[in-house]
Amino acid sequence: MSDQKTMLAEALLGDAAPEWGAEQRGAARARFLEMGAPVRRDEYWRYTDPSAFNEPLPPIEAASDAALRGESGFDSVEALTLVFVNGRLDPTLSDEIALDGLEILHLGDGIDGTWAAEKLGALEARGQEPVARPYAALNGALAVDGLAIRVTGQIATPIHLRYLAEGRDRAVYVRHLIELAPGAALTVLESGAGGERFNAMIEADIGDRAALRRCRLQSEAGADQSITHLFARLGAESALRSFTLTGVAGASKRVRNEAMIWLEGDEGSAHIAGGVLGDAKAHLDNTVFVTHDAFDCESRQVFKNVLADEARGVFQGKILVKEGAQKTDGYQISQSVLLSEGAEFDVKPELEIYADDVACSHGSTSGALDETAMFYLRSRGVSQEAAERLLVAAFIEEAIEEIDEDGPQAEALREAMRAQVADWMDRRSA
Amino acid sequence: MLKIENLHARLEEETDTVILKGVDLTIEPGKVHAIMGPNGSGKSTLSYVLSGRDGYEVTEGSALMEGENILEMEPEERAAAGLFLAFQYPVEIPGVGNMTFLREAVNAQRKARGEEEMSAADFLKLVRAEAAKLDISPDMLKRFVNVGFSGGEKKRNEILQMAVLQPKMCILDETDSGLDVDAMKLVAQGVNALRGPDRSFLVITHYQRLLDHIKPDVVHIMADGRIVETGGPELALKVENEGYADILGKTAA
Repeated sequence: MSDQKTMLAEALLGDAAPEWGAEQRGAARARFLEMGAPVRRDEYWRYTDPSAFNEPLPPIEAASDAALRGESGFDSVEALTLVFVNGRLDPTLSDEIALDGLEILHLGDGIDGTWAAEKLGALEARGQEPVARPYAALNGALAVDGLAIRVTGQIATPIHLRYLAEGRDRAVYVRHLIELAPGAALTVLESGAGGERFNAMIEADIGDRAALRRCRLQSEAGADQSITHLFARLGAESALRSFTLTGVAGASKRVRNEAMIWLEGDEGSAHIAGGVLGDAKAHLDNTVFVTHDAFDCESRQVFKNVLADEARGVFQGKILVKEGAQKTDGYQISQSVLLSEGAEFDVKPELEIYADDVACSHGSTSGALDETAMFYLRSRGVSQEAAERLLVAAFIEEAIEEIDEDGPQAEALREAMRAQVADWMDRRSA
Repeated sequence: MLKIENLHARLEEETDTVILKGVDLTIEPGKVHAIMGPNGSGKSTLSYVLSGRDGYEVTEGSALMEGENILEMEPEERAAAGLFLAFQYPVEIPGVGNMTFLREAVNAQRKARGEEEMSAADFLKLVRAEAAKLDISPDMLKRFVNVGFSGGEKKRNEILQMAVLQPKMCILDETDSGLDVDAMKLVAQGVNALRGPDRSFLVITHYQRLLDHIKPDVVHIMADGRIVETGGPELALKVENEGYADILGKTAA
C-alpha cells in the first residue's frame, strides 16, 4: 500500500470517534485505511479522477435546523417522506410511518442488540472484492445516521428518502440497510442534493421472491460531488429494479454512482438503469458490477447519457458469470448523445464468463443527434431547438421506461422523471 | 407560387459533384407540375435543396416562393412559409409520438406566422378526420413517428401531415415508390382532395403510373441537372411508351 493512498485515507477519516456502532464502523474504518483512498492510477478510476473526492472536507457535526422540506421532483408522487438534514434524520420534517410489515430503526439511535447489528456493513465489506470500493468503506466509517429498514410485507406506498443540506464546505455521509424478507416488496425513492460532498450508501438484502424498487433523482443543485453505492444481494426469484436520473443544469457536478449486485438465488432478476444529463463541466460516472452466481438469472443494465458543453459521461459495466450460473441472461447497453464537440463519453463494458450455457450481450453507441430526424422535424416547421428537445426526450425515454411498470406509482414516477428532463433542457438552454 | 431560376447546386463535401446545373421552373398557384427523369438526374436533390437539407451548396440561381427567397431560410422557416416536402423515405423517430410530433409542428408553424395555437380539441378533430380519409388507424396515430409502419403506411402518414399542416407548395418526392396499387390510390386521393386554387404541387416521380391518379397540368423531364423538356400530360405517356432514352436522345440531337 502506497503511503500516498494511506495518507489521503487518514486525512479523509479525520479523528471523529463514532457515537454508535463502534464495532461496525471501526471495521469499516480499518478496511478503508487498509485499502487507502483511490487514486487516478487505479484502473477502476481511470475515467474519473478521484483527486477532487480526496480533498479533505470536514464532516458535518451537528444537525441543522432546516425548517422546510423544499420542493422535490417527487412531489407529484404519493409517498411517505423521511427527511435527512446533513445526513441526520429530522423527525419534525418527516412523515410518521406506521405500516404493517415495515420496521424502521434509526442507526443514530444505536444498533447494539438489534437485527441490524449483524448485517450492517456486511455487504459493503463483501463488495470490496474483486474490486476495491474505498469510498463505501469511508461511508461505513463516517455515516452519522441512516435507517435500517426491515420489510416483511408488500408495502404499497413508496418510502421517500429526502436529503437536504445546510451550510457549505462539508462532507455528508448517510447510509441505509434494507432487508426484505421472503415475498416482501418495497419501493424506495431518493431525492435531494444531500451536501456539498454527498456520500450515500445502501446495502440491500433481498430475500427469495422479494422485490426492491428504487427510483432516485440526482437533479437538485447544492451538491458539487456525489459518491453513492448500492450493494444488493438477491435471493431466488427475487427482483431488483433501480433507476436513477442524474443531472443538474449549469452545475459542473461530479458524480460517481456504483452498484454492486449479486444474484445468488435461481431465477433472480436485477435491472439497473439510468438517465444521465450533463452540461457545463459535469462529470457523471455510472459504474455497475453484476455477479451471476445462480441458475437462470437475468440482469439488465441500461444507461442513456445526454452530454452537452464540456460534460463527460462515464459508464463502466461488468457482468461476471460464475461457474455453474447456467442459463444466465445478461444484457448491457450504454448510449450517449453528444450535443457539442467538447462533450465526451467513456465506456468500459466487461464480460467475464465461466459458464457455457449463457446469453450475455453488451452494446454501446455514441454520437450526435440523428441528423435525418432533425431535418425531418425541422422540415415540418419544428424549430431546431424544439427538435433537439423532442429527440433528447425520446432518447432518455428509453431509460425512463425501465422504471418498473408493475411497481407502485409507476406512471407518476415516469412522469416525474420526464418533468425533470424537461426542466434540465429549459435551464440548459436558458 | 414557386419560381426557380438557373438553380445550381453541388455537394458540400464534394464540391466537384455538381448536381443541379441550371434548373428553371415556374409553378403557378393551383397547378400540379410533375418532374420525371431517370435515376441520378437530380430530381430528389432539387427537393432537398428547396426544403433546406444540409449537405448541399447552392452556387447560383434562386428559388422564390410567393416572391420570397426560400434558399436563405432555415428549413423550419420554409415550412412556416408554406413549403412541404413529402419524403421519399419518411424518417422513423423512436420515442416521439406521431400525435405529439404533428401537434408540435402545427403549433410551431402557427407561432412562426404569429397565429394562435390550435386548441387540443380542434387539433384532435382535424387529425382524426384527415386520418380517417387516409385509412390511418387511431393506433398508427398513437405510435412513434413511422416506427414499425409499412411502406404504404409511411407514405400515407406523409400525406396526413400535409393535410394537417395545409401547406401552399407541396413537393412529393417519389411518393409512389414502394407502394402497391391500392396504397397508391389512397395516397393519390389524399393529394387530390388537397388540390385547390391556392395550393400548388410538384410531383417527382420515376414512373408515369402515379400520374394516372394525380393528373398533372404540366410535365417536365429532368436530365443531368436541368429541365430538358416541358409539355402537357401527354409527355408522361410518351415516357411510358418510349422510355427516357428516346426522349433524351432526341433532346441531345
